[in-house]
Amino acid sequence: MSVAPAESRTLAPDAQRSRYVLRLADTSLILGQRLAEWVGHSPALEEDLGLANLSLDLIGQARLLLTYAGELEGRGRDEDQLAFLRDGPDFFNVALAEQPNGDFGRSIVRQFLLDAWQLELYSGLQHSADRRLAEIAAKALKETQYHYRYSASWMIRLGDGTEESHTRVQTPLDELWRFTDELFTSDALDNEMAALNVAPKLAELRARWLTRIDEALHEATLKRPKDVSYPWHGKRGQHSEHLGYLLAEMQFMQRAYPGSQW
Amino acid sequence: MVNTVTVAESQPAIESLRATERDIWRVLERVPDPEIPVLSVVDLGIIRHVRVEQGAIRVGVSPTYSGCPATAVIRALIERALRTEGFEAIRIDEVLSPPWTSDWITAQGRGKLKAFGIAPPEETVSRVRHLFAAPRVACPRCDSTRTERVSEFGSTPCKAHYRCLSCAEPFDHFKCI
Repeated sequence: MSVAPAESRTLAPDAQRSRYVLRLADTSLILGQRLAEWVGHSPALEEDLGLANLSLDLIGQARLLLTYAGELEGRGRDEDQLAFLRDGPDFFNVALAEQPNGDFGRSIVRQFLLDAWQLELYSGLQHSADRRLAEIAAKALKETQYHYRYSASWMIRLGDGTEESHTRVQTPLDELWRFTDELFTSDALDNEMAALNVAPKLAELRARWLTRIDEALHEATLKRPKDVSYPWHGKRGQHSEHLGYLLAEMQFMQRAYPGSQW
Repeated sequence: MVNTVTVAESQPAIESLRATERDIWRVLERVPDPEIPVLSVVDLGIIRHVRVEQGAIRVGVSPTYSGCPATAVIRALIERALRTEGFEAIRIDEVLSPPWTSDWITAQGRGKLKAFGIAPPEETVSRVRHLFAAPRVACPRCDSTRTERVSEFGSTPCKAHYRCLSCAEPFDHFKCI
């Protein structure tokens, strides 16, 4: 069956833009894979469904973005080849996305920080000069609004719950905060995309993100940790040790049985 | 005058094209959504265009959620239904923009949802909504608005899980996006 976007599929190769789109794609893919690890293990059936739904949305966004990145790259790689046949240093997700699930509280903290970030990012990207990217972002934004309502409401429920539940989110918040600097620190590629109006300026997203975070943390009676300037470079392919294990599981089938389909 | 002649000559051709397009829409009205089979893909509002171009048929379809596993099944069902009716050279266009919204579910579709036991989405999507201001959802069985949300997520990406505090019935609510 022929499935194609309404417009023409032929694109001029654009290595820089392809690499930028890969950053977005990989963050959604890796976070989606992390959430998929919860399936069958969540504290309650409703949360099992909730996390699986978030995972599905994120993997769906990743598929659209990976397909586009592959077309921009112009080397004939499709979404599956990009997802299953790249090694760690060729993944460009932010390092926060690959951090291990830990307990439910820790996963919620990671989700909350990234949902709030993706909300601001997609809000900016829906006005991108790159029409295809703008369309994908507009679609993803609607889903991300749901994700944020989910993760923020759990932050508040746990933070403003018992002493135990409060600790279970404050501790991972303190631990994971150091990964948030990467979300707003732009490098040459981010700057180039912003100059072309393809992407929003990352630094400008920070204030809105913080307002959103503070609002929820206040209601959750949680303390925002002190900023730590620590150079994570997931989006340049420099990852924490956790990504390799995640990829080993995610890519196993295609590595062991190349080209297998079902 | 040349124009008039051209129009006069092509009029029957255009009419036959329109008739074919109407036939295609009728076929699509019988293609069920795989996860909510009481709804057709037309009721769901995901069919964006039907075009007949030089003998080839193009059907524009929008995904409801980016990762909805039903998307691929829906494409296959559309293609199969059209082939069964004798149509060939079918091309499915993926239309992302503007993104699908639950506002596009037809009035008929909303009625079918309610009869099936799923609370339909509210008429209009309010873009700015307070974090916890959940929509007031009426129970599809007893119409009571004394309902509560059990979970933001239900059995499929498009549904949330509710329960009625009046008749105690658990039910699905079609989410508004």
